[in-house]
Amino acid sequence: MMRIFKVLLVALVFVYLYAPIVVLVVNSFNKSKYGYKWSGFSWKWYEKLLANDTLLTAFTHSATIALLAATAAALIGTLMALAIYRYRFRFKRAASSALFVVMMSPDIVLAITFLVLFVALGMQLGFWTLLLAHITFCLPFVVITVYAQLKGFDTHLIEAAQDLGASEWHTFRTILLPLLLPSVLAGWLLSFTLSLDDVIISSFVTGPDYDVLPIRVFSMVKVGVSPEVNVLATLLLAISVISLIIFSLLVRRKVT
Amino acid sequence: MSRPDFGQVLSFRQLVITLTLGWLTLMVIAPHALVIMTSFMTPDTEHLAVWPLSLESYSKVLQPIYFDVFFHSLWLSAVATLVCLLIGYPFAYILAKQPPWLRAVLLVLMMVPFWTNSLIRTYAIKLILGKKGLINSLLVSTGIIEQPITMLYTEFAVIVGLVYVLLPFMVLPLIASFEKLSADLSEASKDLGANAAQRFIHIVLPLTAPGIIAGCLIVFLPAMGMFYVADLLGGAKNLLLGNVIKNQFLVVRDWPFGSAFSITLIVMMAAMLWLYVLANRFVQRRGGLDDENL
Repeated sequence: MMRIFKVLLVALVFVYLYAPIVVLVVNSFNKSKYGYKWSGFSWKWYEKLLANDTLLTAFTHSATIALLAATAAALIGTLMALAIYRYRFRFKRAASSALFVVMMSPDIVLAITFLVLFVALGMQLGFWTLLLAHITFCLPFVVITVYAQLKGFDTHLIEAAQDLGASEWHTFRTILLPLLLPSVLAGWLLSFTLSLDDVIISSFVTGPDYDVLPIRVFSMVKVGVSPEVNVLATLLLAISVISLIIFSLLVRRKVT
Repeated sequence: MSRPDFGQVLSFRQLVITLTLGWLTLMVIAPHALVIMTSFMTPDTEHLAVWPLSLESYSKVLQPIYFDVFFHSLWLSAVATLVCLLIGYPFAYILAKQPPWLRAVLLVLMMVPFWTNSLIRTYAIKLILGKKGLINSLLVSTGIIEQPITMLYTEFAVIVGLVYVLLPFMVLPLIASFEKLSADLSEASKDLGANAAQRFIHIVLPLTAPGIIAGCLIVFLPAMGMFYVADLLGGAKNLLLGNVIKNQFLVVRDWPFGSAFSITLIVMMAAMLWLYVLANRFVQRRGGLDDENL
């Protein structure tokens, strides 16, 4: 009896999590626009998406930001994790608190702090503001991923290198970085997904010159049904599943 | 320890430290300070916020119209958090009891939807709950109901959407605390004659309390900000705090008021984090667990 209940609960949760996604994927191949009924298989929405220039531009912009932000966050975050792990310095506690605040703050709060900063600095909202904001909200996730690996690190390796005369930079580049690579890459992938998924912060820090996916999608789905969004969802799902597989492979390699 | 090239040691070290402190000061500390400052300034149509300093925006937060919105938003987020907990707690318990390989598979399956765009997933909920959506057409075609039920643009829809987007955030910390829960404690109390309910109330519940609070925080705080969920599923009446803040910043352009609203949210968040730290300490003292997190 208890067992049936357990299986039922798990099954129901998965139905809840997957039903909306199945609806999107199935409807992306559905001939009918409204998708309340299956009216035959068709690629027509895929063709329509490929012809939709504004949506494709927005997608390219979002992907560019995600790639650049994830790369920058992975680099800067790794250095920050190193600073917090290896060095003693003034305001170190303040630095880790600031990272914690970024991780815990609701997106809406971060979004307005970024907006107020950019406006106060007189920056034009667009590519650069978007990039800076995305790097910043991804940073803590890289730091904790890399820091977790640093904590389990054999410090003898670092000491040995330095006894042999390696400089701090040399030790980092030839010993720490190669060994930290799995967690740096895991942090990169996490940042990439977070950046691509962000709706709230992007809506605040981008301007009309640099249209990004969530804003375009938002305006398309707010009024009604839009089959191109189904196609986009299916493609994004495929990207996410592939990244998830790579991510889990990386994490598994780190553990063993 | 020999350090032949001292100058270089200093430079790499200094570079890393300067980068860390510089970035966080410019992108995290300064912006927060600016928002605090803005919340005390006077709104201005042209310059957004001007001197003199005043408490006007905070008194506006307390005005009945906004206070109602504030509480309605808190209420929606709180219900969504509670639903997440009620689904997530038994779910995490079941998952934590599975053999490692099965648990890993189930966890990955749970994470796949979480890794796709949440705006698009919210739109999918809209397709399901609509008048001609999946649920209504299933119910009508099977003859269970004759007229479609109104589900979209209600509180119910907002809560379904929030729970859908945030459920994994509840489950993950809960699984972590169930994994730490030692089976010995439960067995010992069983040997001493405790029944299932007693074991749950006196052992399982207090020891998983940090997981419960962490999960609730990670769900409740972002839930208040998710304006797109309320926009797509809630209609005009079911606003979240995020909608008010977004509206003040991007439409009405009363920045001091928008900032004051956000500061209220931050203060609430700080109070809740403090509660979390206290609860964690309490459990550590009583349960003797070695919790290294945070």
